[in-house]
Amino acid sequence: MQSQFVQKLNWPIWTGVLLSLVAGLSYPLVFVRWPITREVPWVNLILFAIALVLLFFGLRRAFKPDKRIISRIFSSLAAVFGVALLAGLLFVVYVMGSWLPASSAAPRVGQKAPDFTLNDLNDKPVTLSQLLTEPFNNQPPKGVLLIFYRGYW
Amino acid sequence: MCQSELRSFQDKMNKFEEAGIRVVGISVDKPEKTREFMVQKAGYTFTFLSDPQLDTIGRYDLVHTKELASGKDISRPAEFLLDPSGTIRWQMITDNFFKTARPEQVLEAAKKL
Repeated sequence: MQSQFVQKLNWPIWTGVLLSLVAGLSYPLVFVRWPITREVPWVNLILFAIALVLLFFGLRRAFKPDKRIISRIFSSLAAVFGVALLAGLLFVVYVMGSWLPASSAAPRVGQKAPDFTLNDLNDKPVTLSQLLTEPFNNQPPKGVLLIFYRGYW
Repeated sequence: MCQSELRSFQDKMNKFEEAGIRVVGISVDKPEKTREFMVQKAGYTFTFLSDPQLDTIGRYDLVHTKELASGKDISRPAEFLLDPSGTIRWQMITDNFFKTARPEQVLEAAKKL
């Protein structure tokens, strides 16, 4: 009885769908945190590879002559879903990730950084020259790192 | 996602202090937003500067017009390491949002200042 049930279930399709979901969602939820898994999403690509193999074998099983049309439709949809998730991940990382301005006129290595005056956390104006000269840990700073970032959200 | 880069620099803050490198964060956020979210809630200890009019961000050619996620004009990610004379000695202006500077790269470059 047990083995009959397992056969009916087409477990490769189900695990394939589930694993595709995990492969897709674990990028924004988990692996985006570390540069080593973010810059190239290799963990997610490995998970997708396994998921697609499972989906492939599930599809093959569903298209055996003794299977019903409904299981063929479901399996096909499941396979499309898995491939679409993979395409979505690649699109976000490699296409949307590069939607940045060219910044071709940004200052370059060897040039003087353009001076500026901006307000600090206490709404007090601070100049770049101050940042470069005012003591840091009771010593003149050896350097200043400017990090431009998107904002708090 | 957006703050994983900043967080990695905060985690290495003691190394930057040892190296005598002042870490400065610049964004369009108003000071009160930075105080609330970056300092009080997230615990960052950078020197934060506010550029809501995008004056400096514009002068450095870093304006990301109508950025998709926010729908606003903000700064694109970019990092500049300056020596005490204000000369840029290392920089990263990434061409992919998912690939930004790592603190190790900056600390390595800071050794040569």
